[in-house]
Amino acid sequence: MKAPERYYDFQKDISGCGVFGVINTKRELIPGSMPIQAMCTMHDRGNGLGGGFAAYGIYPDHADKYAFHIMCETQEGLDSAEELIKKFFVIHESQPIPTKPTLAIKNPPIVWRFFLSAKQGGDRPKWRTNDEKDYVVNVIMHINKKTPAFVFSSGKNMGAFKGVGFPEDIAEFFRLDEYQGYIWTGHNRFPTNTPGWWGGAHPFTLLDWSIVHNGEISSYGINRRYLCEHDYECTLMTDTEVVAYEIDMLIRKHGLSLRMASWVFAPPFWDEIDRMPEEQRKAFEALRMVYGPALLNGPFAILVSDGTCLMGLNDRIKLRPLIVAESGSNVFMSSEESSIRDVCRELDTVWAPKAGEPVIVKLED
Amino acid sequence: MAFAPINKNYHDFFVVRDKDACINCQVCVRQCSYGVHFWDEARQCVRHDNTKCIGCHRCEALCPTQALLIQEKPSNFKANALWRPVFIKNIYKQADTGGVLLSGMGSPADIPVYWDNLLLDASQVTNPSIDPLREPMELRTFLGSKPTRLEFEETPEGPRVKTKLKPNIALNFPIMFSAMSFGSINFNLHIAMARAASELGTYYNTGEGGLHQSLYKYGKNTIVQVASGRFGVHRDYLNAGAAIEIKIGQGAKPGIGGHLPGEKINAKVSETRMVPIGSDAISPAPHHDIYSIEDLHQLIYALKEASEYKVPVSVKIAAVHNVAAIASGVVRAGADIVAIDGMRGGTGAAPAMIRDNVGIPIELALASVDQRLRDEGIRNNASIVAAGGTRCSADVVKAIALGADAVYIGTAALLAVGCTLCARCYTGKCPWGIATNDPYLAKRQNPDIAAKKMANLMKAWAHEIEEMLGGMGLNSIESLRGNRDKLRAVGLNQIELDTLGVKAAGR
Ligand code: SF4
Ligand code: SF4
Repeated sequence: MKAPERYYDFQKDISGCGVFGVINTKRELIPGSMPIQAMCTMHDRGNGLGGGFAAYGIYPDHADKYAFHIMCETQEGLDSAEELIKKFFVIHESQPIPTKPTLAIKNPPIVWRFFLSAKQGGDRPKWRTNDEKDYVVNVIMHINKKTPAFVFSSGKNMGAFKGVGFPEDIAEFFRLDEYQGYIWTGHNRFPTNTPGWWGGAHPFTLLDWSIVHNGEISSYGINRRYLCEHDYECTLMTDTEVVAYEIDMLIRKHGLSLRMASWVFAPPFWDEIDRMPEEQRKAFEALRMVYGPALLNGPFAILVSDGTCLMGLNDRIKLRPLIVAESGSNVFMSSEESSIRDVCRELDTVWAPKAGEPVIVKLED
Repeated sequence: MAFAPINKNYHDFFVVRDKDACINCQVCVRQCSYGVHFWDEARQCVRHDNTKCIGCHRCEALCPTQALLIQEKPSNFKANALWRPVFIKNIYKQADTGGVLLSGMGSPADIPVYWDNLLLDASQVTNPSIDPLREPMELRTFLGSKPTRLEFEETPEGPRVKTKLKPNIALNFPIMFSAMSFGSINFNLHIAMARAASELGTYYNTGEGGLHQSLYKYGKNTIVQVASGRFGVHRDYLNAGAAIEIKIGQGAKPGIGGHLPGEKINAKVSETRMVPIGSDAISPAPHHDIYSIEDLHQLIYALKEASEYKVPVSVKIAAVHNVAAIASGVVRAGADIVAIDGMRGGTGAAPAMIRDNVGIPIELALASVDQRLRDEGIRNNASIVAAGGTRCSADVVKAIALGADAVYIGTAALLAVGCTLCARCYTGKCPWGIATNDPYLAKRQNPDIAAKKMANLMKAWAHEIEEMLGGMGLNSIESLRGNRDKLRAVGLNQIELDTLGVKAAGR
């Protein structure tokens, strides 16, 4: 799409962080208390200006509905978002997200959730011929742009919970100890200049995808422009947003596997590619030629999930920590081993993945 | 009092000769192709005629006793903000000759150099800078059309790509030697560029003068140009290089053609250009088979057919007012590469009025073309090569951050072999043996040494580019390309910022 007026003149926050993720490959439910405790251990990796969690398997009763989590400063804003949602979706349930007032969380926005199914074909006010996922993504962007409300979670049987505060305070506010899921990710944030906006906290989600990220994406300037060419407009003032959109584009629209996408994010170096057998050399050369603008350059450790797997990935020269550990059917990924040990003393294996090599753990079914 | 034409009194330079140091060896007499120095039989010493000096500094550089100093003549006209000396002198000249003012090299006019208003970023604390001496730093660049997306097949050995890609050329550095035709510069420098490009793993451009048979062996690193004169264009030529470039315009003289005077057409130039010895080689202003964009489309595909779709086709245009729309048309017409030549680009000969007044600076042209192609979703269909006024590696970095895939350097490559920017390339008397086919002068360039110097320059720039990239926390050139967030501007107004797509410094 055509870049919006003054699209170059953006503000973006810069932050260091701690990340934690856990997946139970047998879909056994893990209580929220575990990721909360793990994030507590890494308290010092944040500065109280952002914390959040994503959890999969938390809405089994509405597993086939889009669970929209929406935040808004004002009731009117929320109402206008609801107006739009009504136009584009069938609302099955609409309720406040359960919260608990906590001392540490000041001035929280109104948080609301909807369980929705998308209108089809002629019932849609717009984007009639789009496939369903495209349609849902379009509506989300539409709401985020046109109303003061912000959709911060939109997948099925999953949810993101995030805001300004330490992760443990955010967890308390959202009463996360009352949820159970088979995949959890958590994030603790250390922004150096923050707009103090709840939407800017991690995880970032789009449909079923959620991303937590520790790092700074130095290639953000081009990633953002490249995404704009592909109709994704970055509005969230943080570089993690580009990871979410790139995943959506590469996997959902271009049909790449998660493994291929991770090679786009952190491709092999040329001298490695030059030594590959002909077929692979050609494949990676093409990948870098075509998807070069999507390369995530700069230090990062990211955890990504779509509800069927958990992936951990470092940048090409591992400038951020990432540790992986296994214990039975639980696999942990974290910035610090201490946080894993704190929630699970006995581990079968512990290792630090190589730079640029993703660790992808899939559910068994 | 002898009558001297008014023009004679207002020459630009004068020669200072240290009489004590001068040993009357007459080196300067032999070196000066303009006849400034001469042996005075009566006085038995070397003397000079200041009026002939064009300020090339050849004598100064070669004088064995450093007895010479070439200075700008300090004599001033009465100060006048409107009638600056250059205008006054030009009028004297034209009053004498009744002719068009000719000039060589890029415009010296005081037009904003936006490179100087752009500043680069570096990492501090929140992300580490990367040391190119310890970590990989990748500059490899591909020019040509790329698909929007790829399809892969995963095999046990690893991924295989199913999408068929169009031909691209691979560069080890995002820098190439710009089109300078054989004829406008001599053969020694063509050999030098060919060798330097081959050694470096980049490309040189033949310019519009064809490719001499003996240089076909460097074809892997050659871009063959097809211009309006079609000099030296034939089937083998089109298949001799790694890419073909259609020259529509040149930054130094948009809208006009070229003229290689008959004196410059010696046997070798004649056989390469396929024109008779001694006859003028005239490139018409437009291609007479391209009067519209659909004609360009036909020529692009004619050349693709002729080269069996094995090489990318580039189209070089001058940076003019509507360059973004023109570039978009060029890409839609099927160009795999668009080369944009800014108004400060060099030339062997151009009317001074055109050179100094027509076109726009490359920075603005590049920024608007890159943005336009992205807005239209066709940026991947063609690479952008920026040309015209790249002075140093930081300019290259800034060009790439604005959106260029690579840059062409011309003037910088000639400076590397001794050019002093005297801007008299059109006279054929280049005392440095560059823009001349006079064998006595041309042999001043040794192709081996010239190749070495050109290669050195590029290697030096490459090292500097790596340092700057690493400083920004990037380890691959594709993360810089179009990454305007790595640039900040000082001293520009809002419209310039909007055109460049760069934030003001401090924001
Ligand atoms: S080259 Fe130098 S020393 Fe020789 S004649 Fe000229 S000025 Fe004198
Ligand atoms: S190439 Fe020769 S004539 Fe042209 S500016 Fe350089 S030194 Fe002068």
